[in-house]
Amino acid sequence: QVWQIRLDLHLLNHDGNIIDAASIAGIVALCHFRRPDVSVQGEEVTVYTPEERDPVPLSIHHMPICVSFAFFQQGTYLLVDPSEREESVMDGLLVIAMNKHREICTIQSSGGIMLVKDQVLRCSKITAVKVAEITELIQKALENDQKVRKEGGKFGFAESIPNQKITAFKMESAAVDTNNVEEQAEEIITKADPPSEVFAKPILHTPGTAQIGEGMENSWGDLEESEKEEAVEEEGESEVTAFECEKIETEDTSTMRETKDEPIVLSDSEEEEVVILEPQELPKKTR
Amino acid sequence: MPGVVVLSLPPPPRAVHAGSRSPPRGRPGNMAAPELLSDEGYRADGRRPAELRKVRARMGVFAQADGSAYIEQGNTKALAVVYGPHEMRGSRSKALPDRALVNCQYSMATFSTGERRRRPHGDRQAGELALHLKQTFEAAILTRLYPRSQIDIYVQILQADGGNYCACVNAATLAVMDAGIPMRDYVCACSAGLAEDTPLADLSSPEEAAGGPRLVLALLPASGQIALLQLSARLHQERLEAALEAAGQACRALHAVLDRVVRDRLREVTALLGD
Repeated sequence: QVWQIRLDLHLLNHDGNIIDAASIAGIVALCHFRRPDVSVQGEEVTVYTPEERDPVPLSIHHMPICVSFAFFQQGTYLLVDPSEREESVMDGLLVIAMNKHREICTIQSSGGIMLVKDQVLRCSKITAVKVAEITELIQKALENDQKVRKEGGKFGFAESIPNQKITAFKMESAAVDTNNVEEQAEEIITKADPPSEVFAKPILHTPGTAQIGEGMENSWGDLEESEKEEAVEEEGESEVTAFECEKIETEDTSTMRETKDEPIVLSDSEEEEVVILEPQELPKKTR
Repeated sequence: MPGVVVLSLPPPPRAVHAGSRSPPRGRPGNMAAPELLSDEGYRADGRRPAELRKVRARMGVFAQADGSAYIEQGNTKALAVVYGPHEMRGSRSKALPDRALVNCQYSMATFSTGERRRRPHGDRQAGELALHLKQTFEAAILTRLYPRSQIDIYVQILQADGGNYCACVNAATLAVMDAGIPMRDYVCACSAGLAEDTPLADLSSPEEAAGGPRLVLALLPASGQIALLQLSARLHQERLEAALEAAGQACRALHAVLDRVVRDRLREVTALLGD
């Protein structure tokens, strides 16, 4: 009779280099695992439940950790721990698994890259450094977990929930230096030319519909005919809404006026004051 | 015309002291586990540590295929057959617009191992080795010369006695040459192991089963570029260079043999055509 242990790895988010992450997860899970205690007397085997006797850890001889290297441009460039984007454009991948005693557990080169012996040896040196760091991290985490479980604090998922979500994509916020923002802004303002004066001359088409200005040619790029028409319509609508929301004073309305009945205000605009503007002659459309 | 070469390189510089051997590393529980290296410096089959097994190779064994080759490395026998370059069979959509697609299949005959194999191909090991072969040859063959076409390489192991993958690569190299497909260089593969600091070249099946570290290297000898590198079982980082060096030397020695085979074959073919 033997014990059978099964390790299931679930990938929650793939952002490159699954092999490394999976190897770390696997070995930590095995180190963290506790199996029921057993006593064997001759042919009799007694398996103790967790309540009777504390479960015992597995006997782990060493902790192999994988480190992946992505190669670009026929081995000119080398990236350790490639992200997903880097993986999608790489030429080939080299995976070296090592433990903290600097024993190489496996090397696998794949993807049809051509390596040279020196590159492989260099990669193995880099791996030694990385593996030492990672093994230390793992040891600390395992010790912390053991300590916290004894003391009765939060461990496992509960430990990580308040600070960060496990399944969320966490990116560090970039620091922006705002010390000189005011000075820079002042500089820009003093250097810039004053803006040209704009006179708003609304043209009243019908009661409730007016046009301010002629609009400018769309500077986003070449639009097809249909898109141009849509753009015209949209610009017309935006002008109308702009008009309804703002109170506008004009200079020329007093000089020109047409004989018309007082327009009946049917709009349900929520503006306190409704200013009715005298219509002007329609300027030539330049579109 | 077979090329028979027995390569015997000078004995290793480190003298092996008699009587100070540490216990043999065989399978646990196996009382008569063979030592990998005896006191006098001989391996279980009588070879020196850096000595390769006897290599016999023959090209053009099949008339119908575009290229074929048969290789024997010691007791390992491998057969490789190449068809191509030809138009894409099957799905035309998989054709690459600027280069040829290399399609490999690795299979082991049912009679190749001690116990009869149930599945010649289609199991995971065969799929993995086929993928490695494909990657190796896609890098070595000048695929840019044949856009939108396909090159098929079928390799079969007739007798497995250690170094299966290596024999396959060597046989496939010869077969590709026999088919007249241009390659960057020969692809020579060899395995290497370690026995108490002494690197061993070209492991046989009992040496592989002993559980020591095993390094498989596929090399392009002229430029020294590594097409494939695989290591299983633990090896200390300090020993990596020695093992790589041993495998590299073995590959270069193998390259000499394969080159001889190709030239002999060329002479044979031109003689036939000339008459």
